[in-house]
Amino acid sequence: MCLAVPGRVESIRGEDPLTRAAKVSFGGALKEVNLAFVPEAEVGDYVLVHVGCALARIDPEEAERIFQLLEDLEEPATEDHA
Amino acid sequence: MKYVDEYREKRPAQRLAEEIARSVTRPWTIMEVCGGQTHAIVKNGLDQLLPPEITLVHGPGCPVCVTPVELIDKAIAIASRPEAILCSFGDMLRVPGSSRDLFAAKSSGADVRIVYSPLVALQVARDNPGREVVFFAVGFETTAPANALAVYQARNEKLSNFSLLVSHVLVPPAMEAILSSPGNRVQGFLAAGHVCTVMGASEYELIASRHQVPIVITGFEPVDILAGILMCVRQLESRCSRVENQYSRVVRQEGNPRAQEIIREVFRVTDRKWRGIGEIPRSGLGLSDEYAEFDAERRFNLGDTSVEESAECLSGLVLQGLKKPSECPAFGTRCTPEHPLGATMVSSEGACAAYYRYRR
Ligand code: SF4
Repeated sequence: MCLAVPGRVESIRGEDPLTRAAKVSFGGALKEVNLAFVPEAEVGDYVLVHVGCALARIDPEEAERIFQLLEDLEEPATEDHA
Repeated sequence: MKYVDEYREKRPAQRLAEEIARSVTRPWTIMEVCGGQTHAIVKNGLDQLLPPEITLVHGPGCPVCVTPVELIDKAIAIASRPEAILCSFGDMLRVPGSSRDLFAAKSSGADVRIVYSPLVALQVARDNPGREVVFFAVGFETTAPANALAVYQARNEKLSNFSLLVSHVLVPPAMEAILSSPGNRVQGFLAAGHVCTVMGASEYELIASRHQVPIVITGFEPVDILAGILMCVRQLESRCSRVENQYSRVVRQEGNPRAQEIIREVFRVTDRKWRGIGEIPRSGLGLSDEYAEFDAERRFNLGDTSVEESAECLSGLVLQGLKKPSECPAFGTRCTPEHPLGATMVSSEGACAAYYRYRR
């Protein structure tokens, strides 16, 4: 129920802040998504979509963090994991 | 798919599991709050990657599971009226009411429609001006903004044939209830990432400091969940009790202010009954006075009823992390997804359904 899926904003239509909507691609499948809660979203952004509404813009830098942490773990010499 | 596939890869998951094993020195019990996380854990066997010291218990974060049986009965009562169209998320159709489920009502002629969004239900109302369209609004904080938006738009458009049957629940009061229960064994939480996407972290900071428990806001893919467990274990081992954010690619400290604003506009906090658990004070949302005309319970004048639950079903204990589904005597025998005794066996996020589906 709280399933929310990331997808890429392909196009945006509408000016009204409540009904502004995007075509969002989920691995190629396009769906219409309401953008009322993410007015900052632009074409090319990835947004997290739940029951027809985008809830957040995905932050690409933050998305990398876990993989950086993992790289640090790969270094056996590193003792400090803080 | 980007932001999905890379978090499902085996190698990083294994590295995280090794790091968890290296960090742990004694037994810890951690609860993942959200049923979506439960399913990811059981489906991917993440619990089996963990060292024996770590016990994961499954939490109450399945809105379908905690919707009271009385509300299922009310949904069926509404759907059975000739003028009504009842729109619902598909998961609700097989949830047992006191005598039957919505699916059975649909088979006997009730106009029950499965929609994936409340905005689709709103469109059904626009397209059917002669009918009463009711959306069965279940969900946690994640779903509340979309449901609120549908009502807000209906009011803007002066749409008089649309209403909500509301069964909205809130996560922090349920976490408080679990921590305060005498049998509690939860020492740390993975908080539900999508709930926090909407609400932010501040409510959890109060819980972490009041109960001295670490809370890690966590995503839903295997790498997210293992990273969340690692962060939680490190806090437990060093006796910390902070809120940390594993899911920072979508969760901001303050949450989503616009989504919170529309929730505050349309809903108000109320006491709520949780199926199998009972009433938890100030643990749900109902329509605010200003939007009372959109309340289906009022519109259809549905009185208050109280229904006894199947005595056999232990879902309340399962939802509070006190029992595993496989410890229920009915599990897999008298209770299966085809013939469920409780909602946790039906929902795609229910712990019993996860155990059954992935054969535990
Ligand atoms: S297995 Fe069935 S009866 Fe047992 S707790 Fe789960 S839903 Fe209830």
